[in-house]
Amino acid sequence: MSDRSRQPDQERRNFLGTAAAATAALAVAPGLTLFNVAGAKPEDQAVTSENRWGMLVDANKCADGCRACVEACHEENGISSRGRPTTDPQWIRTVTLRDRATGRETRMPVMCQHCEHPPCVDVCPTGASFRRADGIVLVDRHICIGCRYCMMACPYKARSLVHEALDDQVAHNPRGKGCVESCNFCVHRLDEGNPNPACVEACDKDGHKALLFGDMSDPNSELSTALASVATRQIREDLALNTGVRYQGI
Amino acid sequence: MNHLRTCLLNAALALLLGALAMPAVAEPRTPLPNIVKGKGDQCVEPTDVMRRDHMEFLKHQRDGTVHQGIRTKQHSLKGCIECHAVKDDGGEYVPVNAPGQFCNSCHGYAAVSMDCFQCHATTPGK
Ligand code: SF4
Ligand code: SF4
Repeated sequence: MSDRSRQPDQERRNFLGTAAAATAALAVAPGLTLFNVAGAKPEDQAVTSENRWGMLVDANKCADGCRACVEACHEENGISSRGRPTTDPQWIRTVTLRDRATGRETRMPVMCQHCEHPPCVDVCPTGASFRRADGIVLVDRHICIGCRYCMMACPYKARSLVHEALDDQVAHNPRGKGCVESCNFCVHRLDEGNPNPACVEACDKDGHKALLFGDMSDPNSELSTALASVATRQIREDLALNTGVRYQGI
Repeated sequence: MNHLRTCLLNAALALLLGALAMPAVAEPRTPLPNIVKGKGDQCVEPTDVMRRDHMEFLKHQRDGTVHQGIRTKQHSLKGCIECHAVKDDGGEYVPVNAPGQFCNSCHGYAAVSMDCFQCHATTPGK
């Protein structure tokens, strides 16, 4: 294409990129190793199926009345409310289940379950709804026509349509009227080498530690170790979607 | 009859060419785009390449980013905005698609509408 040697600015950009990565690592408080920057994927490399990102939700630790994960998610991704609960998009919500026989209540957050066999992808007529190689299910808003088939197909009610024109998007999460969206496991953080979604960070910060995020295909990850040692379930496991989000205590 | 038509056409063509040649010396009849200069010395590609092909770069980059998680900075729209957005007197960023700003300046001149900013942020991110 063009003569790369005639672009002094590129060096500056590379430097800025490196500096940004370094800052991301330094921003973590001393003594607290939240992620390993050395393990971050180089920014010019595609994601692969060597990873499968997933989450374990411990419903026993989900605190009554707490909305930390919901608020953190919507803050991180620029999901603002118009005060219209029936059409305001929601990427994550808290659900309370009540056992009619005993009265026992269980509370947990529900978001896109990042299915291995996602019905939302099966029904999408345009190919906008897709599963990334590393297991994250996304909507390519450049292709989405807003038909909402995926919303009907999703057994978890995880997706929302943006009903109104927006002008308050955050730079790392472009979104707009007429497209469907849902939890993306904070993919912008992940691609920078920070496997710590906003909801998990918020839940940890409040001391509940009900959410654990990690790589399900790495047998040594904290998540895999937990999944191998405690009894966990998938919501609607009868559908055999092999969800990336698993629940403990339900 | 045919001959007359050819004559008329030639005359019209001559007039038109004359009219087109004129603005080279006189003031242009339409205001030219006022392109806001970016930060740094040089763009990520030579100016003539960017003028013609920026949309191709952006489209290529967007597919790589959305589908494969490729986050290189060189052809990212976020990068364009970080360099080309300017601040107003109050120190606040002005949206790149506002009248007279970087994107709008040429797109307004060429009457080509952009859909990018229905979704993408128009000022540099946090
Ligand atoms: S939970 Fe719903 S939106 Fe998410 S991958 Fe499964 S079907 Fe698709
Ligand atoms: S709303 Fe968009 S992502 Fe969902 S099925 Fe229709 S085109 Fe696909």
